[in-house]
Amino acid sequence: MLVTLNKFWRSSAVVLLAATPAFAQNVLTVLPPESTSIKLGQTGEAKVHLKLRSGYHVNSNKPADEFLIPLKLTWTSTAVETVSVEYPKPAMEKYQFSEKPLSVYSGEFDIATKFKPIARGMTTVSGKLRYQACNDTMCLPPKTIEIQLPINVE
Amino acid sequence: MRLITAMVVGLGLISCGSAPHARAAVKPAKERKKAPEFSLKDSTGKALKLSDLKGKVVLLNFWATWCGPCKIEIPWFIEFEQKYKDKGFAVLGVSMDEDGWKDVKPYVESKKINYRVVVGDDTTATLYGGVDSLPTTFIVDRDGKIAAVHVGLVSKSDYASDIEQVLAK
Repeated sequence: MLVTLNKFWRSSAVVLLAATPAFAQNVLTVLPPESTSIKLGQTGEAKVHLKLRSGYHVNSNKPADEFLIPLKLTWTSTAVETVSVEYPKPAMEKYQFSEKPLSVYSGEFDIATKFKPIARGMTTVSGKLRYQACNDTMCLPPKTIEIQLPINVE
Repeated sequence: MRLITAMVVGLGLISCGSAPHARAAVKPAKERKKAPEFSLKDSTGKALKLSDLKGKVVLLNFWATWCGPCKIEIPWFIEFEQKYKDKGFAVLGVSMDEDGWKDVKPYVESKKINYRVVVGDDTTATLYGGVDSLPTTFIVDRDGKIAAVHVGLVSKSDYASDIEQVLAK
């Protein structure tokens, strides 16, 4: 419920590390999310802003085909509880290689996460964003990006 | 970086002089480079080496079950295997699925793939320039040399043209 954005942290809130070194093409950029202060006993939200290179898409969190790899954001922390991860509404797009429309994201979009703190103080929440990107003629192997998000529990 | 490496290696191997997606002409025989040897396992655990297919024209296809464009090509490759096998041709699929046969075997069975499939690894991919993008397909001649390479989805007729040219020599 309470969302207090601390601009002081904005520039240094997130550290991005490519966790899968075998795959070098970065067609997905994770912009530094606004850091969050949350009051103990309440719920706060943090958004991860994603930007895909033009011409590329990633599967949504619920792809239409069982073999496709979904977009998935997960968080690990002992100081805050992840209440929910909310993905935007996907687009149903038809591609040269697909017989039926696929459930995808392209361009820029946000993934919002609701956190509920367990204890007061500053903490860093570790996130992993798993995705697999394609354009109309080729696909890039799945990749995992690590995200470090500081949260101040008041 | 690996894409650049792949492209450099690809260009070095066949000197096609074209960007990914573009039609890659079959390289003259005297200018072809040897296809790197590898040994990978099939669904039964049996090792298959590229050199086991020496003497055949091989369509070496790097693919994955999560790759949409790869799935368009697979029915073509099934058809090519059937159509050209008596002329000394074979398709070899190298799956780059991280979970290996757990994902690949059901797919191979459901699509009734009639050609050899093995599960690849980073070592093999590196030998072929990284294989950053899928599908990536090499046409290997009877002497085990790379005659053509395609990165990304290309037309069925392009593949057929390459195969027939390489089989004819």
